Amino acid sequence: MTDVTAPGLAGAATRPRGRASSLTRTRVRSAWAFIAPALVVLVLVAGWPLARTIWFSFTDADLNNLSDYTFIGFENYLANYDGEWLGLLTDPDWWRSVWNTLWFTLVSVSIETVLGIVVALILNAHFPGRGIMRAVILIPWAIPTVVSAKMWNWMLHDQFGVINDMLLRLGIIAAPITWTANPDTALWTVVMVDVWKTTPFMALLILAALQMLPQDIYEAAKVDGVHPMRVFFRVTLPLIKPALLVAVIFRALDALRVFDLIYVLTANSKDTMSMSVFARQQLVEFQEVGLGSAASTLIFLIIALLVAATLVAGRVRLGEETR
Amino acid sequence: MAEVALRNIQKSFGGAKVIHGVDLEIRDGEFVVFVGPSGCGKSTLLRLIAGLEDITEGDLFIDGERVNDWAPAKRRIAMVFQSYALYPHMSVYDNMAFGLELAKASRSEIDARVREAARLLQIDDLLDRKPRQLSGGQRQRVAIGRAIVRDPKVFLFDEPLSNLDAALRVQTRIEIAKLHADTRATMIYVTHDQVEAMTLADRIVVLNKGRIEQVGTPLELYHRPANLFVAGFIGSPQMNFVPVEAVSAGSDHIEVRLPGGQTLPVPVHPEGTRTGEALTLGIRPDHLQVREDGPFRGRIELVEQLGENHLLYVAADGLRLTARETGDSRHRAGDVVSLAATGESCHLFRGSGEALPLTVPRGDRTTPPQSRTA
Repeated sequence: MTDVTAPGLAGAATRPRGRASSLTRTRVRSAWAFIAPALVVLVLVAGWPLARTIWFSFTDADLNNLSDYTFIGFENYLANYDGEWLGLLTDPDWWRSVWNTLWFTLVSVSIETVLGIVVALILNAHFPGRGIMRAVILIPWAIPTVVSAKMWNWMLHDQFGVINDMLLRLGIIAAPITWTANPDTALWTVVMVDVWKTTPFMALLILAALQMLPQDIYEAAKVDGVHPMRVFFRVTLPLIKPALLVAVIFRALDALRVFDLIYVLTANSKDTMSMSVFARQQLVEFQEVGLGSAASTLIFLIIALLVAATLVAGRVRLGEETR
Repeated sequence: MAEVALRNIQKSFGGAKVIHGVDLEIRDGEFVVFVGPSGCGKSTLLRLIAGLEDITEGDLFIDGERVNDWAPAKRRIAMVFQSYALYPHMSVYDNMAFGLELAKASRSEIDARVREAARLLQIDDLLDRKPRQLSGGQRQRVAIGRAIVRDPKVFLFDEPLSNLDAALRVQTRIEIAKLHADTRATMIYVTHDQVEAMTLADRIVVLNKGRIEQVGTPLELYHRPANLFVAGFIGSPQMNFVPVEAVSAGSDHIEVRLPGGQTLPVPVHPEGTRTGEALTLGIRPDHLQVREDGPFRGRIELVEQLGENHLLYVAADGLRLTARETGDSRHRAGDVVSLAATGESCHLFRGSGEALPLTVPRGDRTTPPQSRTA
C-alpha cells in the first residue's frame, strides 16, 4: 500500500531534480500554482489562530487587556511553587473534562455507528415510501444543535418535561428524574441526544456506501444459500469498511470538539464538561487567556494524536485487505 | 442431475406481464439454450428457475418436485452470472469455498472440492489472487468453478460470455461444451448470440416477447423454422424474405409468383392456402446464386469479402437481398446481376407468420429421432 506511487505530481516530485524533464517541471510548477491559494487561506484562517493560541499558552495574558502580557514559559501547563505542583496538567477539572470527552466520543460514536448501519440497511431495502423515509430521517441532523439541545432540555425538564411525565404515567419510574443535573444520568443524557441528532448523518454516509455495492454478489450468495447474517458480516461489512472508517473519523472529530450540545444541555456542570467547554470557561468566564490557550493547545494535540493513530490503524487494516 | 419441467409458467412485474405461460420439459443431462432478442424474457425465465424471482403462476418442477416456494439454495442449482458476481474482497479460493462452508461440508472436503474444480478449470495457480487481479476470462472460470464445487442438480448460465472478447468467447464456449460433456449435468444457458446457441445446445428454445416460438435441435431450427421469427433469428446473415402470391396449390407444392412476375414451385403442404393469398418466401443467403436467368435482377450495393466466402448485397425489385457464395467474388458494387434460388431450398410462411410444412425433408436427416419432438 505504501509503496504505490501516484502518477503525475507525486512521482515527479520525488524524482531527483536534475533528471526531471522540462515538461515535468512545468507540471510541478502549475500544480504549486493551483495549490497556493488554498495554502494561503489555510495559513490565514487556521495556521495564524493556531500559532497565536499556542503563543498565548506560554503567557499570562488576560482577556481584559490582550496587549499586556509576559512570557511565562510552561507555567500554564505545569509549574512548581514552593514544592507544590500547579498548572493545567495538575488540574483535576481539566482531566475530568478530558475523560468526559473521551468517554462521550467513544460511547456516542459507537452507538451512532451501530444504529447508523441498522438504519442504512433498512433504508437500503425496497419498500414503499422509502424516499419519504430518507428525507424524514434527516430532520434531526438538519435542526441546528442549539435549537435541538434547547428542545431536548425542555422535554427532559425534571418538573414539566414530557419525558418524565410519560415515564411516570407508564409506571417505569416512581419519581421525576433530573436528567441533566444528576451526575449519574447527565453524561448518558448528553450521549442520548447526540445519538438522536447524529445517527442520520452516519446512516446517510453508510447508505451511500451500501448503494455502491454490486447487487449481483447478493444474488450469488442467495443462490448459494448463504445465511443473510453471514452475508452481512462476511460480504457487506468488509466492503463498506473504508466508507465506514471515514464516517467514524468524521464523527469522532466532531465528538472530540463537542461544545454546543453540552453547553446548552448542562451549562458548566463538571459532570459533563467537555474539553471545549473547559477551555471556553477559562477563556471567557475566568478571563484567563493564557490558561485557556494552554487548554486549547492540549485539545489540539490530543485530537491530532487520536486522528493520526486512527489513520495509521485504518491504513494498516486497509493494507491487509488489499493484499 | 435432474430434469426440469415448466408448466404454464407466467410472470408479471406489477401490471406488466413478461412471461406468458411457458411449457417446457428439460431432460436429465440436457444442455438447453434460451435464445431471443433482448427483452424477450429469457433472463427472467432463468431467474424464475433459479428462484431469484417469484413465479406468478404455473408450476416449476426440479427432479419431480414442485419447487415454486423453495428458496434458491434448496433447489440445488448453481448460477453463473454475466457479471461473474465474484466477491471482490475474497481470494479466488474463498470465492469458491464461501457458498460451501454452510453446506455441512467438512474443511478438508471443501478444500478437496475447491482444488479439484480449480484443477479442472486450470485456475489452481490463481487461488490466492483477488478477483481484480484476474483477467475477464479468468474471472469467468472462477465463477464457473464456484458453480462446479456446489455439485448442483442444474447449472444455470446467464449470458456468461457477453463480457469477454471474441477470441476468449470462442475458447470459453468450447470449455463449457467440454464441461457439459464431462459432467453430463443438466444445463440451462441464456444468450442472445445465436452462434453460442447453435454450437452449445442439445435443444434451443427460441423466445420472443415472453412466449416460446419454437423448441428444437439447432439443425431443426435452422432447416425447419416454425415461423418467420425463428427463420429470421436463426442463421447469419439473416434469411431473405420476399413477399409473394400463391398462384396455384398442388397436393405437395405451392406455385408462387415472385415480385418480378416469374413463378416458382415450392415443395410445401398447402394446408388450405387459397389462390391469390399473400405469402412470404424465405431464402437463406447460401441458397441465392448468381445466374444469368435468375428471377431477381438488381444492382449490387456492397460486396463483403470474407475469404472463404463473400456476401453480395443486392437491391432487386424494391427488395434488399443478401447472397453468400464461396470463394472470392468477381463482382463489384454497382454491377447488375441476377439471383436465383431453387424451390426446394425455400421456405413459405403464411400471413400469420406460421411456416407451411415442408414436403421434402431437409438437412437434418441424421438427427436422432427422440430429440425431434419439442
